[in-house]
Formats: sequence, C-alpha cells, structure tokens
Amino acid sequence: MITKKDIVLAGCILAAAIVLWVMLRFNGNEEGSYARITIDGELYGVYSLAKDQEIHIGDTNICRIESGQVKMIQADCPDQLCIRQQAAGKEGETIVCLPNKVVIEVTEREEDTVQTP
Amino acid sequence: MGRKIAFLGLLTSLAVIFGYIDMLLPVFSGIPGVKLGLANLAVIIVLYQYGWKEAGAVSLVRIFVVGFLFGNLFGILYSLAGAFFSLAAMAFLKKRKGFSMAGVSMAGGVFHNIGQLLAAMAVVENINLVYYFPVLLVSGLLTGVCIGAAAWEVWKRIGKETE
Repeated sequence: MITKKDIVLAGCILAAAIVLWVMLRFNGNEEGSYARITIDGELYGVYSLAKDQEIHIGDTNICRIESGQVKMIQADCPDQLCIRQQAAGKEGETIVCLPNKVVIEVTEREEDTVQTP
Repeated sequence: MGRKIAFLGLLTSLAVIFGYIDMLLPVFSGIPGVKLGLANLAVIIVLYQYGWKEAGAVSLVRIFVVGFLFGNLFGILYSLAGAFFSLAAMAFLKKRKGFSMAGVSMAGGVFHNIGQLLAAMAVVENINLVYYFPVLLVSGLLTGVCIGAAAWEVWKRIGKETE
C-alpha cells in the first residue's frame, strides 16, 4: 500500500528536517544568556552573561563578561589566538583556546550540553 | 442523504473521543505539540469517503467541542491552524494520483505541526520556536504514517460501502 511517491515525500520531509536542523544548529544568532566553559571536554562552569565579571579559567586563561558578551582577555599560550577572537554574545558562538583546550560557548539555557568527541 | 448524515455524525463523535484521548496520552519527548493525532483517523476517512468539505466540517466541530469541553481558547486557536494546514495538504495530495492513504496522512501530520508551530510563533512572538521545526517535522511524519496505515485498514473494510 505504500507507494513510491509516499517514500519520495517522506524522504523530502526528512531531508528538509535535517537541513533545517543543521542550519539552526550552526546558524543560531539569538542573544545567549550563559557562557559555558569547558576544559578538555569537562565542564568548568556556567556563568550568566547578565552579570559583569572576570573568570579565571584554571590557571591558564582569564575571560571577562561585559555587557552581555564574553571575551578572552588573558591566556598563557604563545599564539594568543583566543584573545584576538571577537567577543561572543550570541547563541552558539564560541571562543576556543586550543592549546589549553578551553572552550567558551554561549548558550541559551543553563543546562545546555556540549558535544565533545 | 440520511446515511451520510449518520456517517458524518458517527465519525464526528469518534473524532471528538479521539481528540480527548489524544489530550490524555502522555506527551512524547517532552516537546509541546508532539501528539499522535488520533482524530485525524476519523478526518481522513471522511476525506476519502466524501471530500474535503465534509472532512473540514468534522474537523471544525471536533475542535470546538474538544476545545470547549476539555481545553481552552488558545488550544482551539492552535488546533484550527493545525487542522487547516493539515486538511489543505491532505486534500491536495489526495487529488494528485500516486499517494497512498499513509502518504496523504503523513503530509497531514507534518503540515498539522507546521500550522501549529506557526500559530504558536505568532502568539508568543518568539522566532526561537523554529528550533522545534525539525523535531516536529519528523514526529508529524511518523505519527502521520501510523495513523494513515490504521485508517487504511479501516477504509478497506468499511470504505465507500456506506454510499
């Protein structure tokens, strides 16, 4: 009873769902509320972007939250790439310090989890 | 004519009961709006038996009866949006040859969810809800196929004979 057109339609819907999911996953540009910091995949802490503060991440990095955005201001690594990254304030935006494996991710909800391989 | 009215009345009451059961069933996956769509079982059979006008009438009566008895005004609004999109999609696909009942019902389920989400987005004025779209598309597809397959089994036994 299932016809070929049914299957084509189902495939189209699934494809649309996947494309949408990918687009939303990697193109979130909503204001985020929390900065989620992980070191080597382990959760270090979740901080509200509403409160201006400086956070010492381990003893390697320091980031600053100011007016709803988070920025890395100090790192002990040689390349200093994370310092040069733009301040992150929108959902899904990240700041990565690769040498220290520090990731700051802006999330909408406090309990959001980060996929780490 | 009498047969038709009796049939539509029966199917409408079935749709009302199904709509109520649907509200009682636990919501899957914690996402609002993911439901089985049992009422579509009755609606799709009417659609095949008579046409989109009769199916729309059954749907409309079902929404208002269920809405006033068990739900609230916002529920009615969401349901109307969902039912409108759903029936439009199903009527369109049924006219085109080559889709089985499961395929038609699948489109109905998917578009029902699209309609509801659009209504929800308009109500809460939050574009963030688009994040629900992918999961609602897939859930509409799955429930639509199930309902369509069930409707097909019913249709094979009682369809058209009531004419």
